[in-house]
Amino acid sequence: MDATANLPAWRVNLATIGALMSRAKNELLRVPGAAIPGVLAPTIFFLGLNGVFGALTQLKGFETGAYESFIVPVSMLQGAGFTGAAAGVNMARDIEQGWLDRLLVSPAPRWVLLAGTVLAASARALIPGAFVFAIALLLGAGWPGVDGLLVTFFMVAAMAAVAACWGSMLALRFKSQSAAPLMQAGMMALILTTTAYAPLALLQGWLEEVARVNPVTQVVEAARQGFVGGVSWAETWPGLLALLGLLLVFGALALREMRRTGA
Amino acid sequence: MEGHSLPRSEVVGGAKGALHLRANARVVRALGLRSIRQTFRRPQLMAPIVVFPTILLAIQTGGAGSAVELPGFPPVQSFLQFMLAGAMMQSLMLAGNSGGIALAVDIEMGFTDRLFAAPISRYAIVLGRLAGTAALGLFASLWFFAIGLVFGAEIAGGVPGALLSIALVTVTAAAVGGIGAAIALRTGSASVVQGLFPLVLVVLFLSSAFFPVGLMIEPAKTIAEYNPFSFIVEGVREPIVSGVDATETAEALLAIAGIVVIGLGLSARALRHRLRVG
Repeated sequence: MDATANLPAWRVNLATIGALMSRAKNELLRVPGAAIPGVLAPTIFFLGLNGVFGALTQLKGFETGAYESFIVPVSMLQGAGFTGAAAGVNMARDIEQGWLDRLLVSPAPRWVLLAGTVLAASARALIPGAFVFAIALLLGAGWPGVDGLLVTFFMVAAMAAVAACWGSMLALRFKSQSAAPLMQAGMMALILTTTAYAPLALLQGWLEEVARVNPVTQVVEAARQGFVGGVSWAETWPGLLALLGLLLVFGALALREMRRTGA
Repeated sequence: MEGHSLPRSEVVGGAKGALHLRANARVVRALGLRSIRQTFRRPQLMAPIVVFPTILLAIQTGGAGSAVELPGFPPVQSFLQFMLAGAMMQSLMLAGNSGGIALAVDIEMGFTDRLFAAPISRYAIVLGRLAGTAALGLFASLWFFAIGLVFGAEIAGGVPGALLSIALVTVTAAAVGGIGAAIALRTGSASVVQGLFPLVLVVLFLSSAFFPVGLMIEPAKTIAEYNPFSFIVEGVREPIVSGVDATETAEALLAIAGIVVIGLGLSARALRHRLRVG
């Protein structure tokens, strides 16, 4: 008799999510090289942007004199974006190889299958986040405090979940790894059309307008607060609200595609 | 007119040579066109050449545009005008990388083996790929000039300046493509060539592609001063921001020549290796 037959549904769902996360972890342990691009890309962006645009802090209106402190949360969020997009690429690979079909014929609800992918991406995003953060500290970025660090890493994990929903949605729609550039470009645009490079007042024309309405600006500001000053609830809740909204929207879209797949 | 006539054997030899050259030119053209079609058909090859550099150009122009107010920033009409050369460089380098990936895929799928077995020059096979990469470089330069003009950037050097920049970008694309082709021929693995993507970003960030060298932070500043790609960027940028400058152009050409020599040398060695190992 099936050992899960007498278990409540929520426990079975939780076990399925755990199994899917464990599969993602195994991928990481068995092919560690696969994680390198996800770690390398945000690190290069961090080092490059810091070396190139570091002099921007001389402009009036910058909250900090250290550009590395200003840019590090952006690079950590970029790492989350790349990791989430990679989750989408992996799902597309699973579709191409027929693995997702096997999952779809299992009794697991669609949202559980999606949750496994998304939560695995959230956990995985902490690796590039931690790496970039360590490099930034070595270069002299300010210590954000324990509360600042917790807020930043929470934002990173949640942003990876958003990116994974976006990547999964595209993977399920196009059913091909060829959609990878769209997954990456979408997240790159979402994260960088914010106050990523400079404070709002110093952004030029269209970008200032876009950054004002882009919800990720609130996420960037919340993740950045510990690095450029103190942590406050007033700076944190807009970021949390923005992430919740993004997760609801992208999660719903990904779930819709998941339900359409194999229906 | 007897003194001007050549011996029959030389005439036959010359005609053969011309025929051979024509045949090779046809192969280069056909493979070049195939490489361009391949890129336009595959979004994963096209995106790095057009989509990513365009997004970055837009974001960096909007995000760091106030940099032109910094003391020491060279006189430019706008940050967009300054950034056009950087975007073109990024695009052409990624075109070189994409060309390398496509060649490696051809090797993995056995297409290159079929070409090697055909009665055509082996070098024409590589040159065909490079011709395609050069064409993509040309496309990238036209694309970014169009974007610049649409969004109000002025081309200080006028039409001759624009043509010079386009020519430099096109030739550099082929030169960089030579390095991508060499790595593809040596490794025969698309994933290895794809893994070089971050390296392209490193080379770009450590050059004057996105910011004036004088305003960069150490050690990026010192590295950028000696990075040959900085010379090429300046050669492409000068006609856009202030007009044609013979010294900048000569330095750019010298840097391109260096990359061509390295690319061809590495490609020749890698080609010999590929023919040996199959």
